[in-house]
Amino acid sequence: MTSRNIRRNALNNIMLSLTGVCAAVTVSTLFLVLACLIYNGGKSLSLSFLTNLPVGQGETGGGIANAILGSAEIVALASVFGIPVGFMAGVYLAEFSGRALGFLIRYTADLLNGVPSIVIGIFAWTVLVVPMHHFSALAGGFALSLMLIPITARNTEQFLQEVPRTMREGALALGASKWRAIATVIVPAARRGIMTGIILGVARISGETAPLLFTALGNQFWNTSLNEPTSSLPVVIYTYATAPYEDWHRQAWAAGLVLLALVLIANISARMIVSRGASLPK
Amino acid sequence: MATPTAVVGTHRKPVAGRLRGGDEVAWALTLLFAVIILAVTLLLVFELWINSAPSRHKFGFGFLTSALWNPVTDEFGALPYIYGTALTSFLALLISVPLGVGAAIFLSELAPPKISSSLTFLVELLAAVPSVILGLIAIFTLVPLVRSYIGPALKDVLGWTPLFTGPVFGIGYLTAGLILAIMTFPFIISVSREALLSVPREQREAALALGATRWESTWQIVVPFARLGIFGSIFLALARALGETMAVTMVIGNSPTIRASLLSPGYTIASVVANEFTEATGKTYLSALVELGLVLFVLTMAINAVAQLLILVTTKKGSRKS
Repeated sequence: MTSRNIRRNALNNIMLSLTGVCAAVTVSTLFLVLACLIYNGGKSLSLSFLTNLPVGQGETGGGIANAILGSAEIVALASVFGIPVGFMAGVYLAEFSGRALGFLIRYTADLLNGVPSIVIGIFAWTVLVVPMHHFSALAGGFALSLMLIPITARNTEQFLQEVPRTMREGALALGASKWRAIATVIVPAARRGIMTGIILGVARISGETAPLLFTALGNQFWNTSLNEPTSSLPVVIYTYATAPYEDWHRQAWAAGLVLLALVLIANISARMIVSRGASLPK
Repeated sequence: MATPTAVVGTHRKPVAGRLRGGDEVAWALTLLFAVIILAVTLLLVFELWINSAPSRHKFGFGFLTSALWNPVTDEFGALPYIYGTALTSFLALLISVPLGVGAAIFLSELAPPKISSSLTFLVELLAAVPSVILGLIAIFTLVPLVRSYIGPALKDVLGWTPLFTGPVFGIGYLTAGLILAIMTFPFIISVSREALLSVPREQREAALALGATRWESTWQIVVPFARLGIFGSIFLALARALGETMAVTMVIGNSPTIRASLLSPGYTIASVVANEFTEATGKTYLSALVELGLVLFVLTMAINAVAQLLILVTTKKGSRKS
């Protein structure tokens, strides 16, 4: 072998190994993140932590029960606003849209999806918090729903379009009107994909902090109505982690572990729904 | 893929006529929800514009070039934040682009399909980790690491440049860039991998048949073929890095100054809004923060648009040729 070929082969081996190193580094980051949270959060996680209210600085035994409930409320509100709008818009984009309007709405949805979450927070603050004169779970839910709508819409559209043409034609040939074909054949055929998209979307918004900072704000107690400041897991993690108290840092880790576990479980189960139905939409 | 809209048409009929049968009702109903997306987005732009008016009128374009941020005297300039946002995003890409593209090459060209798809799943899981959790990890592990090891080491080797001078606090541009790198490479990997996978097999085989090594075929043929998609993924990552709030806010150091040293604390647009919005008193102060939001919005929108365009072009190219 000439020296040139030796050089080429050496370069080949070096560069290909380097790509392997890149892959190893990036994938292991996930495990580092997991290990870090399990190690630090596991130490302070207990049943009472999940069921107690926060206590004042200096006392021990505080928990995050109100934050868990608050997060659930805000995310549920966001889902109630966001999923129907996103789903119906997705059906429109896939089944009814003309060229120009379809393009415009599709493009706008992508635009909205790319809006930084802090800007979404400012927007929700201007349209809800300012007129109502106070922070509320409602405003937080509205902010998060704005992130959920474009995700659900584009995902629903994509999976509806993957339903084979023959299925729609079959339904129409049997005399079904278009909306019946959509409601009874096309949407059910795509339901796994649509569900997966919704689960992933809900998982994503439930970890969002920035839109809640000046919409839902936070609260040390159980909230009694959706119309008042409400605590949430991500905001609690942020507040506790940036505060100068050792005990709060410990709680931030434990709350982080709870949040990450919820988000990852949602992601993995969404993945399982898709892989079980993988043979269906293709 | 063709959009199957033309199967049964709700084509040009007068609007009153359209609303009779069930199809027309379904059309109108779904359209109503679709238009909500349009309306909400327009309202968002409108609100940002209106609520930033006091600051826009008072400072004009000087807002973007002034480095003064003083709530007491009601003087506001965005330059330190724009600088911090640009610098941290640039640092993030400096790390995540080679790492992400390298990993994407490994996943698309070398790894067996099964391993590739499970590794990609793990990378996508990383993208699902909420940013506040990465911020939490950054505060308590990355910051001490930078303070005790990475920072001093960089100062020893590169201390003669202005980039690595001054005291090492652990918080600052470098740490924010590192955490942003972790948040952006999942996007680069998953989009670049798709782009690389859509390169037709014949391209690789032709190069190999001509005697190219595996690396030469990949670097000189496959990567250039997928370059638009890879650029698209980089722009997508950039847009994400610019708008990222929580993780950066937790480690940037909250100092509205412009410094060359990557080890010094700084500030970004998103962080200052997150930190000061609820405490802002006075019309000008608040509207200056909203205007920062507007600047961030315009910036990310422009970059996202480029990314979408590039990704669209490559996926079209790939599907035509294969």
